[in-house]
Amino acid sequence: MAAFDFSRLIAAAADTIAAHAEELTALDQAIGDGDHGLNMKRGFEAVRAEADAFSAKPLPEALKAVGTKLVMTVGGASGPLFGTLFMALGKDLPVAPDRNGLAVALGKAIEAVAARGKSQVGQKTMLDVLRPVYEALAQGKTATEIVDAADRAAEATVPMKALRGRASFLGERSIGHMDAGARSTALLVRAVAEAIEGI
Amino acid sequence: MSNVGIVIVSHSPLVAEGTADMVRQMVGDEVPLAWCGGNGQGGLGTSVEAIMGAIDKAWSEAGVAILVDLGGAETNSEMAVEMIGEPRSHRIVVCNAPIVEGAVMAATESSGGASLKEVVATAHELSPS
Repeated sequence: MAAFDFSRLIAAAADTIAAHAEELTALDQAIGDGDHGLNMKRGFEAVRAEADAFSAKPLPEALKAVGTKLVMTVGGASGPLFGTLFMALGKDLPVAPDRNGLAVALGKAIEAVAARGKSQVGQKTMLDVLRPVYEALAQGKTATEIVDAADRAAEATVPMKALRGRASFLGERSIGHMDAGARSTALLVRAVAEAIEGI
Repeated sequence: MSNVGIVIVSHSPLVAEGTADMVRQMVGDEVPLAWCGGNGQGGLGTSVEAIMGAIDKAWSEAGVAILVDLGGAETNSEMAVEMIGEPRSHRIVVCNAPIVEGAVMAATESSGGASLKEVVATAHELSPS
């Protein structure tokens, strides 16, 4: 993994969320409560506002700070879920991780998100994107392949029936729509991969 | 105060405040009570920061029982408990119970000096599962 500037990662993540905020809200309006795009945008803009302070910290501390900020600013159920993802990554990531270290930390972070949401793979959530990303990363796939895996995994939530979150109230009617959290996760994976690898 | 505190967390501030009014009518000021609702921007939702504040306000050495409505309120409440951290987090429980009935029953139990475990058990008895 090439050396990178953490503030560049923050900018890339915040840019992609801002650019897709309306799309995410539209996805959430179909089968949720319709606030995902706005919530995520507010959270990532709050992180962007402190990019310099966060980037000055060692990587694990920087990730924990991002997670805490997301918990406090995103709101909805997404705040704790995305916040937990970053906080758990920070907890398990070495200061200068290699690919293997990143894969191990991501695996543990996915478990933390699953515990927070009392959810598992196959229930039409962000986990359905995180898990294939973890597998691609652990299998040594290229950044392009990992990003493709994330996009395919988000698409694959369309025919799923939601079993967690507000969408689960809709039962069969949740089928035919992409999960908003899966989509935002895939967007973040692309942004981070592009910022790290320069693809 | 030594009675178990009750925190009410709803997506709607109106629901949370109304539930708190019903609790007050039942138990008066004998139980530490706090509520929060809304996303902090004037819309429906719950806020971890607001929940942490409500826990502080209703804090009792006997512990705090939290009553929630929809899933996001539960997830955010669990996050708030984790961020408050040890040792207080061991004395805070997010109840699996209907918000209005759970809050009223839990507060009634608390007003008699019951332990956190007893208060939570009373709320859980209302839950079908």
